[in-house]
Amino acid sequence: MKCNKAIKELSAYLDGELDAELRQTLEAHLTYCNHCHAVYDTTKKTIELYCDGKLFSLPEDVRARLHDALRRKLQECK
Amino acid sequence: MAQTPQVALARDESHLISEAKAGNYAAFEELVNRYEKKIYRLGMNITGNREDAEDVLQEAFLKAFEHLPEFREDSRFYTWVVRIAVNEALMKLRKRRSSREVPMESQEDDSGEVVVREFADWKPNPEQVFAQVELERILQTAANSLPPGFRTVFYLRDVEGLSTEETAEVLNLSVGAVKARLFRARLRLREELSKIFKRGANS
Ligand SMILES: [Zn+2]
Repeated sequence: MKCNKAIKELSAYLDGELDAELRQTLEAHLTYCNHCHAVYDTTKKTIELYCDGKLFSLPEDVRARLHDALRRKLQECK
Repeated sequence: MAQTPQVALARDESHLISEAKAGNYAAFEELVNRYEKKIYRLGMNITGNREDAEDVLQEAFLKAFEHLPEFREDSRFYTWVVRIAVNEALMKLRKRRSSREVPMESQEDDSGEVVVREFADWKPNPEQVFAQVELERILQTAANSLPPGFRTVFYLRDVEGLSTEETAEVLNLSVGAVKARLFRARLRLREELSKIFKRGANS
């Protein structure tokens, strides 16, 4: 397997969408090719960083204004 | 028979929805409590600023409340609210576009070759090396370098955990287009972050 082919399949591999044969070929390539392994590894880390639940947390004042707005809306609807 | 927590939660949710539809405000508020954090983060991620994210959050839940009678329970409540929120967020971006020309879609087509430039491993644990505010800024700058149509696919799939099909439905895209965009978005974000996190980069 060549590097550009490996990179092309990486996303589907991360999503578990490759058939068994292609997956094995790709995994073999990732074992021996430093470059593609680094791309694979840092792509996974990229996703993990964005998933970090501590980031972009909802500020308490923003939450309070949301619930105020909802209550006002409810009053209008009554 | 013992229920799995997910089944119990889903049942509980459909109960909350019928209560809310019947005019029980507390039930609706409980639904808001469940998803407000995620919707705020989604707004931050797509619009890239706090003010717009707050508007998206409010508009999404006010509209959900207003249109609750039209919600049909053959789809997940969360996916439904996400769709409303994404529409609000993209509308914000379109309005802002007049001042600073931001293409909604990439000029490059979805099928072309992706050129990968950064092959270095990263320094370990960037989430511990950088202060939270700094890390948020880095992630947001990287995300803002992508066309909104691409970063939205990334957020819905990889952060919010929607399936490919759900993402396609929310964005009115084909399943193939979602996969192609996800692939590009992941690699481009990785490349942007590599410039900062790679071993040997001065930080
Ligand atoms: Zn390779």
